[in-house]
Formats: sequence, structure tokens, C-alpha cells
Amino acid sequence: MSTDFPEVEQGEPPLVSSNPLRDPADRRLPRIAGPSGLVIFGVTGDLSRKKLMPAIYDLANRGLLPPGFSLVGFARREWEDEDFAKEVHDAVKLHARTPFREEVWQQLAKGMRFIQGSFDDDDAFEHLRKTIEHLDAAQGTSGNFAFYLSVPPKSFPIVVQQLKKHGLADPPQGSWRRAVIEKPFGHDLESAQELNRIVHEVFPRDEVFRIDHYLGKETVQNILALRFANTMFEPIWNRSYVDHVQITMAEDIGIGGRAGYYDGIGAARDVIQNHLIQLMALTAIEEPASFHPKALVAEKLKVLSAVKLPTDLGKHTVRGQYAAGWQGGEEVLGYLDEDGIDPNSKTDTYAAIKLEINNRRWAGVPFYLRTGKRLGRRVTEIAVVFKRAPYLPFDAYATEELGQNALVIRVQPDEGVTVRFGSKVPGTSFEVRDVTMDFQYGESFTESSPEAYERLILDVLLGDANLFPRHQEVELSWQILDPIEKYWDTHGKPAQYPAGTWGPAEADEMLARDGRSWRRP
Amino acid sequence: MKIDLTNTTSSKINASLMDARRASGAGAAGMVLTLVIVTDEGSAYDALKAANDASREHPNRTLAVIKRAGRSPRARAETRLDAEILVGSDAGSGETVILRMHGELTAHAQSVVLPLLLPDAPVVVWWPENAPQHPAQDPLGALAQRRITDAVTAESPVGQLAQRAESYAPGDTDLAWTRITGWRSMLAAALDQHPAKIVSAVVEGEPYNPSVELLGLWLMTRLRVPVERVVTAGPGITSVTLRTKDGAIVLDRPDGLMGTLSMPGSPDRQVALKRRETSELIAEELRRLDPDDIYATAVRTPVDRLQEPAPADPQSADPQPAASTDGEAADGAADPADAADAAADDKAEKGAAKKAAPRKRSAS
Repeated sequence: MSTDFPEVEQGEPPLVSSNPLRDPADRRLPRIAGPSGLVIFGVTGDLSRKKLMPAIYDLANRGLLPPGFSLVGFARREWEDEDFAKEVHDAVKLHARTPFREEVWQQLAKGMRFIQGSFDDDDAFEHLRKTIEHLDAAQGTSGNFAFYLSVPPKSFPIVVQQLKKHGLADPPQGSWRRAVIEKPFGHDLESAQELNRIVHEVFPRDEVFRIDHYLGKETVQNILALRFANTMFEPIWNRSYVDHVQITMAEDIGIGGRAGYYDGIGAARDVIQNHLIQLMALTAIEEPASFHPKALVAEKLKVLSAVKLPTDLGKHTVRGQYAAGWQGGEEVLGYLDEDGIDPNSKTDTYAAIKLEINNRRWAGVPFYLRTGKRLGRRVTEIAVVFKRAPYLPFDAYATEELGQNALVIRVQPDEGVTVRFGSKVPGTSFEVRDVTMDFQYGESFTESSPEAYERLILDVLLGDANLFPRHQEVELSWQILDPIEKYWDTHGKPAQYPAGTWGPAEADEMLARDGRSWRRP
Repeated sequence: MKIDLTNTTSSKINASLMDARRASGAGAAGMVLTLVIVTDEGSAYDALKAANDASREHPNRTLAVIKRAGRSPRARAETRLDAEILVGSDAGSGETVILRMHGELTAHAQSVVLPLLLPDAPVVVWWPENAPQHPAQDPLGALAQRRITDAVTAESPVGQLAQRAESYAPGDTDLAWTRITGWRSMLAAALDQHPAKIVSAVVEGEPYNPSVELLGLWLMTRLRVPVERVVTAGPGITSVTLRTKDGAIVLDRPDGLMGTLSMPGSPDRQVALKRRETSELIAEELRRLDPDDIYATAVRTPVDRLQEPAPADPQSADPQPAASTDGEAADGAADPADAADAAADDKAEKGAAKKAAPRKRSAS
């Protein structure tokens, strides 16, 4: 029942107890968002079509959206409300997780509006304000609106400023206005602070929701359930038993059409700064006093501020660029040959770093974080690798094939948990070999796992900040990454690795130096 | 894969299950519970189909117990167990064993089922119809953490609620209760939005449908206000009215598909409130296996505490099943409210009509 745990969150809405129809024991009644609407800026983008719109439909289909929920699209395209509704309709049919039901669609379509304009267009924002007021009257959204900024970071300042200028960020009495922003949250500490300043100038801190869709994944939430709802893992979850931790996020695709965004940013900023450091924090945190957002963030901040970088960054960090090669039977271009990439680019498409956490639990246990594009296959996992048994009462040949015990949390795809340990090979001789024990989400809780964006959008509407990185976390993770990026800027070039392999040879050497090796995920 | 075993035993079935799994290369580790369906040949197909669909969310081992006592004395004398094993794509995401019990064995079904339960996993028993009087004391029911009955299939569906209340043991639940989750969550959401003091309530729905009564009883136990029960042509529940000082909160669903929520001070809004398939109900039941205290409180409240409106007016509400366009649905919302007001006027006569109520309904 591990998936249930996030609903145990305490301390949030006081409304619940005052409603006589609600009872904490009534587990059948879902958390339905209060009257509200969502405004999406950049609604014509890929993310909006592939993730946001389907997620909203799926939420409606599961009965989790309030009656009268409204969706407002804002973009430059010349659409009428009907064109927008049709676009959403098509996106939903194509990408939604749950089956299409006409009556659910009818309910949603009633609250759909489209506003045409560019971000510097005062008229358009005035139109938006009127639309919102109109929706309050027609759909009963009660003035509660979340603004989803699915726009490039350079447009953040102007959009928030426009929202402020037209009074859209100021909630009427008794309602809320929230801002939802997507990564990247800056490209270094300074720019992140600047971004936070801009957003916080307009929206109060607690009303800003930063989407890291990894945190919406069931498997990631399950890390906390696995660690803190069970007894059998926690006693060994420390430096006495854990040898090291490997956190991997590998993609098999190249940069595709994202050249403009990606070049100059690179894998470390794109992935390690947010996703991998968050995964590391959840793997390493101490037990929070409760699942109140403040309690959880306090523990995460403690871990992040205890992170120590290796002294010799040259030896313990590696970056790479994929070279032309064959991936999964297809011949693919190298990074430098991709469209729109400067042939002298030093941008990393692969990054591996070693971090340590200076506290009593983890001192001396390295956390290896790696990510890359055009690697062997698409996979994200956290592998906790345990120490070898201090003494083996078998002869050396018997345990030749025995590796280290490991607990692997597979974040995606094929979500689940694997435990690896040694077992006797059947036969007359005594021989021990590694076997695995497997828990698969797909098997034990098939089809019930909601998409990350469903969970996150619902949490925004409910005002539940638990699964969103706070601004301090963002700034702390830049503090971890900035010295590495600075070192890379001034030292050498990214190592080349053939597309379709597991990264440059330098990365293997980096672990070999510590007497370890990468798992093949 | 399908394996037929005639005149067999539980241990042979277990051995065949293991062979079948090995042949298909799958393990039993992913299955989260054992679902025992006690049924007859007539309803076995539908029940198994629903269970298979539900198994997509909760992979399980489904054991269908079909009792065939036999008509002739000779057939009754022959005790036999036949099994049909379905593994892989034939059995949803899990495995299914259909157990046909003949003769005296029908009285000892638990002896067959016990060895076939998954180790260390919860057991759920579901009687699609003909549930025993005391589910928890039934030999099969006693094996289970969760016992699912369906009052709507009983001869006197509403009367069955009293029986369910009398025999209630923690872990009992009824699909009549599961069917109203959508209504309950929408009403709770309405009160979240409009936290007003409720003075009285009305539930309207078709006769012989215990869900309407359960919804009324739930409202009564939670809100501690008088609740009226109005009989309409259905389908299912058609409307709920919560009266407050400044107007009524009305959730109206004339067509069994799309509801309209109207609240004082807010525009009318549409909500999808579809009547759900059995498989969805079973999937919801399997989601939580802890005792449902809220159900216990609701079902234990005597049905006759729901008030009857005056006998003349319920027919005046005329929800045409075809009325599904927006305008008409909104118009429809007015009707039940009128009916409810009329009912309120006749409140004085309630006391007398109360006792006779259930019988009158089953007669109409």
C-alpha cells in the first residue's frame, strides 16, 4: 500500500475538519481541488499538449477537479475558444492515460477560454483579467487561479511583471493566485537568485510552485515510503553498511530540436542540478518529523547543506559529448554535428560527479551522480550498493561470482525495486552467485499510477507544496554545481564517447580510481 | 492458457497453477490479494469479467466458487470437484481458477479454497448475489478480511440493509455503498466550497435501490438533520438537495450521466457523474482493505428514520431520460427542488406515513 502514503500529509487545510461530510476515516472520498482555474502561458508548446492538457483531462476523469474548473490558454496564435478546445480535445484523445468519456469532456469544455496575444501586449492581459472575472461569474471559480508559465526562462520577468501590472497576481479577498514555473530555475546561483527575486516580488513565497516532474513520480514518492514506513531498510541505510550510491539518469535520445536551449546549458545544469540532486536528497535525508511541507524541506536543506565536493574536481568529475555512432541499430550524428550546434561547443551531454555528505550517517560514502544523452537506453535509477560481508566462510572459488548486495530503486521505466543478493547455485559444489528479487509497480499496482503532472497540478490547486522544490533548495543545489561548472569552464574539453554506449572511458576511470565500477542499469 | 481438471483436489490445482506459471514464465510475486467470488453458473460470467477488469488495477488470484448441489438425489450423492485454470492473457493480470463443486462438497467449499489462498496476502470474498445472512460467520466469509455483498440483488433490496446492519462485522461492505462514492465526494466538495449550516436534506431516486437510502442515511448521520426520501423513476439516484438558510445546494442528475450542481450565489455547473460498471466498483473496493467505519455508521442507522414525502407529489418530477442537452438539464434542476419544497410543506403528515413507507414502495 506504499502508494497511499502521500495522502497522509498532515497539517494542511483546516477546511476539512469543518465540513461535516468529510471524515479522515472516509478514505474513499478523494481530495478534490476547491473552485479554481488554471491559466497556461505558452499553451501551444509541446509540454502543454503532451503533458498538461492530458493531465487535466485525466484529473477530471478521475473526479478530482472541482465542478466549473476552468482552463485558460494564452499564446500568440490566432485561435478562437473553439479552436483551443479542439486543440485540447485532440491532445487529450492522443495522450490521455484514462479512456475518453464524452460527458467528462463536456464538463471541461464549458470552462475553456483562449486569449490571443504576446507577452508585452497590455490589451491581451486586460482581456485575461476580464476573462477571469467572467469565469468567476459563469463558472464559479471564486477568483482562485494558478498561472502556469510554460515559457522560456527569458520570458519569465515580463510575464510576471504583466501579471502584476494588471492586478492578476493580487487575489481578491479570500482567494488565491499561484505561479507555477518549470525548470530551468536559472543557470547558476546568481541567475537563480535573480529569478527567485523577480517571481517573489510578485507572488508570495508560498504561492510559487516549481515543477520538478520527477518529484511527482510515484517511484520517487515511494523512496520515502520504502525508507520510513518499513523497518528492514533503515538499520542498514548508513555508512556502516552502504558502500556507495549510484544515481543514474540516462537518455537514449540526442538533443533533438532543443539545440537552442541545450547548447551552453549542458547535462549537468539540465539534469543533475534539479532531478539528480533531488533524488540524492530523498535517498539521504533523515526522517522528517511529519510530512508537512516545512518539515520535509527542513530535512532536505540539512542534507543539501552537508554536501561536500571532492577536493580534486579533475579526478572526480567527468563530462563528455556524444560522438557519431550507432545507437540501437540506427546511425546517429555526434553532438558537434547536430543542427544549430557550434562545432567548437564545450557543452556537456554527459556528466558524472562524485559528492559526499558530511554527516554522521553518510560520512565517507560517495554518491556518484551521472546523466547523459545518447546512452545505452533510457533509464533512471538509484542504486544503493552495500559493502561486502566482512568475512566469507567459503573458499575463494565459491564466491568468485558474488558481487556486492544492492538495492535498486527503478524510477523509470519499469518502475519498481530490485534487491540483489547472493544465493547458492543448485548442484553438488558450493557456489554462490548473484540473484535478484523484484518488486514491480506495473505488477502490483497496475494502471493505477497517475502521471507525475496529474499529481503536481492537483497539488498546485490544493496548495500542497510537498512535492515542489523550494527556492532554498534550488539555490543550494546551484551552490553544489557552480564550482564544478566553473572548473569545467577553465579546464580542458568534454571527453568524446560513441553514441549508444554508457559514456566516456574517463567516467569508468573515475570510479576505478575509487576501486569501484558503474552498474550497467 | 486454460487447463481443465475434473474430479480433482486443491493440491492438484496448486500443482497445475505452478506448472502453468512456469510455462508462461511469470511469477506469483506481483499478486496482491486473493479474490473469492461465490456465485452460480448464471452470474459467474459477468462476475468473472468484472473481476478480470478490476485485476488490471489489482493483480490477484481469483477463485470462483460455483456450487452445483444437483437436482436429483443421485447427483447430490456424487461429490466431485472440477476446476478450470486460466493463466496469462485469459485471466486479466493474474490467475483465475473456476471451482465447480458438486454434491456434499458444496457445504465444505472452504476446504477447497483454504489451500489455494495466496500466502500472506489479504483475502476478499465477493457474493455478486445471494449473500449469506451473516457474511462474517459464513465459512468462506470467515477466511476474508473484506466481504463484499450487494444489497440491490436481494429480494427486498431496501429491507436487506437492516440485515446488513444486524450482521455487520468490520470488513463488511456493500456495492450499494460503493455506488454512491461519486455522489458523496461531489457533495463533500460542494460543502467545501459553500460551508453553510444545513437544515435539512432530500434524496431522490428510483425505488428498490438501496443506494438512495444509504446516501440519505449517510447525510443524516453526518449532518444530523432530517432527510427525506423521494421516489422517482431513476435511473439510480436522480437528485440530492441540501437546504441551507440562504438557499439550497442541489446536485441533480436526471440521466445517470451528467449532473448539475447549483449552489446559492454561484452559477450552475456541470459535473460528470456517470453510473459506474461493476468492475470499477470492485476495483474501488479492492483499493482499501481496512474496515469502512463510515459505511458501518450509515448502514446501522435504521432506514425508517428517512422521512417520506406526501404520497402524491413524487410523480410530478418527470426527468425524461432523453433530456441530456445543457438547457434541459438546467431546467430539470428546478423540478426536483419544487417537489422538495412541496414535500417540506407536508412535513406534518410524515410521522404517520413513516412506518408504512417501505412496504408501499415495494408495492408500487
